[in-house]
Amino acid sequence: MEPEQAPATTGPEYVLHLFITGATPNSTQAVRNLQDICERYLPGRVELQIVDIYQQPELARSERIVAAPTLIKKQPGLVRFLVGDLSDRRRVLSLLGLTPDPLDPYLHD
Amino acid sequence: MTAAPALPQLPKAPTGIDGLDEITNGGLPLGRPTLLCGSAGCGKTLMSVEFLVRGIQEFDEPGVLMAFEETADELAANVTSLGFDLKQLVADKKLRLDHVHVDRSEIEETGEYDLEGLFIRLGYAIDSIGAKRVVLDTIESLFSGFSNQAVLRSEIRRLFRWLKDKGVTTIITAERGEGSLTRQGLEEYVSDCVILLDNRVINQITTRRLRIVKYRGSIHGTNEYPYLITEDGISVLPVTSLKLEHEVSNEVVSTGVPGLDEMFKSRGLYRGSSTLITGTAGTAKTTLAAAFSAESCRRGERCLYFAFEESPQQLIRNMQSVGMDLQPFVEQGLLHIEASRPTLNGLEQHLVTIHKLIGQYQPRTVVIDPISNLVSVGSITEVRGMLTRLIDYLKVQGVTALFTALVSGRNANQEMTEEGVSSLVDTWIHVRDLEGIGERNRGVSILKARGMAHSNQVREFLVTEEGIRLLDVVIGPGGIVTGASRHTQYLQEQAASLAAEQEIERRERELERKRRVLEATIANLRTEFESVEEELRRSNQEEEQRHQELAQARQQIAAGHNARPGAHSAAAPANS
Repeated sequence: MEPEQAPATTGPEYVLHLFITGATPNSTQAVRNLQDICERYLPGRVELQIVDIYQQPELARSERIVAAPTLIKKQPGLVRFLVGDLSDRRRVLSLLGLTPDPLDPYLHD
Repeated sequence: MTAAPALPQLPKAPTGIDGLDEITNGGLPLGRPTLLCGSAGCGKTLMSVEFLVRGIQEFDEPGVLMAFEETADELAANVTSLGFDLKQLVADKKLRLDHVHVDRSEIEETGEYDLEGLFIRLGYAIDSIGAKRVVLDTIESLFSGFSNQAVLRSEIRRLFRWLKDKGVTTIITAERGEGSLTRQGLEEYVSDCVILLDNRVINQITTRRLRIVKYRGSIHGTNEYPYLITEDGISVLPVTSLKLEHEVSNEVVSTGVPGLDEMFKSRGLYRGSSTLITGTAGTAKTTLAAAFSAESCRRGERCLYFAFEESPQQLIRNMQSVGMDLQPFVEQGLLHIEASRPTLNGLEQHLVTIHKLIGQYQPRTVVIDPISNLVSVGSITEVRGMLTRLIDYLKVQGVTALFTALVSGRNANQEMTEEGVSSLVDTWIHVRDLEGIGERNRGVSILKARGMAHSNQVREFLVTEEGIRLLDVVIGPGGIVTGASRHTQYLQEQAASLAAEQEIERRERELERKRRVLEATIANLRTEFESVEEELRRSNQEEEQRHQELAQARQQIAAGHNARPGAHSAAAPANS
């Protein structure tokens, strides 16, 4: 009803948890991609958590992780599991409900 | 020959599942993955859960169950009926349940990925309890959640490799595919052991079968083995694993019919032997079987009676009519009558029920009445297979068994049982109708009795109010006679013997008369003789007297010559 007030009362607009497996190429790529997206599209609107499941294996079960890397979009809207290194920028943006920025150099990869 | 025993055997992990370890020759390959495939409703999950639970309970090997289809709660609920308390095992840190939920609608692919998350979960679960056994229940579900087949396949291959390196004994279940063992061709990745479960419906009766498709580096049974899901878990029935090496007893037990015992030289049946009673309808097979079980109870030995035709009450009532009261034995717990329709279950289920009850009651005697009814459930080959197993099982247990079988009237002459069990049993008793002019009589004969001499006669028997009574053999002019002819024969014999008796009496009297005549004659003659004797004696006396007188006279004369000479007596010679 009052979208402009929602972030103020319930914390950050976006809650994203990225589960990676150490420093594997896919994981590194996913971290890089996600950080870029957050900086470009969601400055100050996101609570980002990066979890290395090698370090915290018990979380893999509780967070229902199967594939790696996996980005879990907890908010807004329905929970979504974004599996992969997040290289498909258009798809990631649309899943996060963001409008692609024409200046984004990764869009035309 | 010399080096053979030194060769290392493939190490195996016993499953603890009834019968499976026998056909796999010890269990599943230790530390390697085994593929368990089958169509829906085969009990794949159940078998794998039992593998874990038995591993924990019997071999102290903790296990991890990674379920892709059912949640931990669902799984726990599904197996409580088998007496497996998964929650308790989880609480005891012996088991870890991990439900891997893969939902296509929640998953979006955004680039390169692998299944490392799954590896970590599994690795963590294994390490946290020191698991030795792992079950991946339908890993194929992953294919419905992820679209990149190439990644999935390589990751599954890597998973199996990884499990092998971890040295955990793993069961991977998979759905049966069209024309291949599994839908996703997982058999390509699991090369050590593949077990196929099958669920077949023949004549409206379901039989589950298990086959070991492959077992690298090990001898294994290659047949299809029926298995059952019972209240105690999975039970695989090895068809031919039993060997002929059971102990034998020289003890003899009675058949419960004294006359029948006498037909055997050792006056009964060997303990632990199996006996078959065949006969046409209404030839008192059940009565003979009941007499046998009653006799066992009278010895104080438990008896298990499987009735496929009558309810326990009906059997007890019917046996009361022939003077056999089974009720007290039932009340004492010596006799247990298990009645069910043969069509209630498949053959294997019957076999398992029988096995289980035998295990439960530990009877010394088992009666199955009749085995021929089981043919209505399965084909003859199956019934024969089942009976072979049953008879072998009973023999190994040292249980004295008695089976009855109905043979059809036409084939009775051939005296062949359809099930072909005659070669399996030790003693074969045949009861038959001796049909004569206007009547039927029952006759019993022994067709074979291994290891003991027996009568070759067909003995007529009566089912009386006091039980079964064998009649003495009556031989008429045309051989052994029965029934009314027996009666006629009896009457005839009685008349003949009466006549003979009378004849003897008559002769006796005749003799008596003769003797009397003889005695009279003797008396007569004696009297006659006596009178003659008297006469003769008297005349002899007279003669003697006369002689004496004459001699006296001569002496007197001689004396007179001296005293008075010239006596005329002396003058006479002078005169002459």
